[in-house]
Amino acid sequence: MKARNADLWSGLALVALAAYVVVQASGWDYSGPDGPGAGFFPLWYGIVMLVLAAALVASSLLHGEPKRVDWRGAGRALAVSAALAVSVLLFKLAGFVVGFAALAFFIVSVMYRRPWPLAAAVAIGLAGGFYLVFPLLLGVNLP
Amino acid sequence: MDILTGLMHGFAVALQPANLLWCFVGVLLGTVVGVMPGLGPPATIAMLLPLTFLMNPAGAMIMLAGIYYGAKYGGSTTSILLNVPGESASVVTCLDGYAMARKGRAGAALGIAAIASFVAGTVGVVGLMLVAPPLAKVALAFSAPEYFSLMALGLAMVVLLAGRSMLKALLAMLVGLWISGIGTDPFSTTSRFTFGRLELLSGIDFVVVAIGVFALGEVLACMETRAEGQALPVPRGLRNLLPTVQDLKDCRFAFVNGSVLGFLIGVLPGAGSTIASFISYGVEKAVSRRPEEFGKGAVEGVAAPEGANNSETGGALVPLLTLGIPGSGTTAVLLAALVLWGFKPGPLFISENPGLFWGLVASMYIGNVMLLVLNLPLVPLFAQVLRTPGYVLYPLILGISIVGVYSVSGSLFDVSLVVAFGLLGYVMRKLDYPAAPLILGLVLGGGMERALRQSLMMSQGDLAILVTRPICAALLAAAVLILFVPLFNKLNAWRLQALE
Repeated sequence: MKARNADLWSGLALVALAAYVVVQASGWDYSGPDGPGAGFFPLWYGIVMLVLAAALVASSLLHGEPKRVDWRGAGRALAVSAALAVSVLLFKLAGFVVGFAALAFFIVSVMYRRPWPLAAAVAIGLAGGFYLVFPLLLGVNLP
Repeated sequence: MDILTGLMHGFAVALQPANLLWCFVGVLLGTVVGVMPGLGPPATIAMLLPLTFLMNPAGAMIMLAGIYYGAKYGGSTTSILLNVPGESASVVTCLDGYAMARKGRAGAALGIAAIASFVAGTVGVVGLMLVAPPLAKVALAFSAPEYFSLMALGLAMVVLLAGRSMLKALLAMLVGLWISGIGTDPFSTTSRFTFGRLELLSGIDFVVVAIGVFALGEVLACMETRAEGQALPVPRGLRNLLPTVQDLKDCRFAFVNGSVLGFLIGVLPGAGSTIASFISYGVEKAVSRRPEEFGKGAVEGVAAPEGANNSETGGALVPLLTLGIPGSGTTAVLLAALVLWGFKPGPLFISENPGLFWGLVASMYIGNVMLLVLNLPLVPLFAQVLRTPGYVLYPLILGISIVGVYSVSGSLFDVSLVVAFGLLGYVMRKLDYPAAPLILGLVLGGGMERALRQSLMMSQGDLAILVTRPICAALLAAAVLILFVPLFNKLNAWRLQALE
């Protein structure tokens, strides 16, 4: 088993999801007096998912060439994703304008390595623009 | 209502000043989105969907459809100038479009792409107008078992939407079914897959998943590199953008080929504009007197695929509006939009909402004219969009996505969910899981479960109801046949070639 075999790991994750679906669905009514119950449909697609995910795992073990993942690129994408998650927390604590400006500043200065005055200008410009367009012009609430 | 009366009614709706404005906004946004590599029409429509709740549904539908077909026009610009397709349907345009640009004929290539798009786009709307109403009448005979079979057929189209791995496409579709099942069971009070969270009792909003998987997923994928492409220059002046008379003569058959094939392929759910453009390119090359020129700057090599991918739009709206079956990620988002506004796309859609259907058809005629006028003289201006730095564009997309999701639910929990779905969308791209099947499963899942359970209630649990009714049996047989496409080597090789 090679750590970089992405198909294997994604297949295993899907096996786990399918098992969860099947176990949960088994706990609900399969059929009732009026026809099929809440567990009927999820049980069947859960079983199909389990079979297909197991087939993906098997095929990646038997024939799969280790798939190389560009971890450097993925690292950049995951960093932005983490920054997004942090900014959602900031929306709660300090409001959208501050949280979004921080996110934009991070993207411009850290991800694109632009000078901080430019990053600050983009962050303030975009956050201010959102504030002007959405709550003031369109009457749409910001987080 | 006959076609002529319907069309007159449609023009009365589409020519209202507000609807004309939304049509213009839609085609303009669509062109800009088409020009920008990375951001596709499903992501844009998903992002703007929440904002359309403030609008009149006719205006909103006209605008979203404008984005859909406008993006097809804009998609050729980057293919020709940058050798990077603005969207997947423009991949094949790179072959001859970029070659023409390198020979100093970028203007003619952009011009012929706009003219072919206009001709074929108009033919596609004529086809939609002629085919949709009679098809809807046939579908009036459908009840729950037929709907289930139809949705099963729609899901089977996943086979055609799949990338290199059929298994992954099917698994993505099943994950979509699972997400559609999160929440309270529609027939009982059982809560399913809610992890004990009250926020999940009413299910996960489609907008959250679509914006996450398409828009955020695309932004995260674009974040992998900070490099930006260099576009070839666009000649200025309308005269330099007009193709020569010889170019137009050479493209006569390409216009017809692209228009007809594009529409026919569009009507088949799941085939999509990428396949339409490849097939029409292949046919054009096969019948050409100078096939050796293809790939080296043949003007027909630009006209045929650009025509096909525009005509396909009209075709793709046929199953969406008459049967409620989306054939692609974009039409799935449009279907969700209609449902969210309170409409029920299906056989009764046209008769119950003549203003919306015919208004949309008429707006597409108007939109195609707007696009021709916009795209011929303003191509140099649109090419400037390519100069928007990524560090401005991507935070802007993230901001619009977040505000869009929050405007629907007013819940930060949904904003957190959209971040999670963005990560899922990115991981799916990274591991070659196609996103369209997930969206298809999500959109069709709820309706499919309802139709299946209603069918089994009708038959008191007897599954034979699905094979003893002729339309049901035919639709299910077609679904099974489609699922076996990958087993036929030639068909599968053609499918993979089209995808590559």
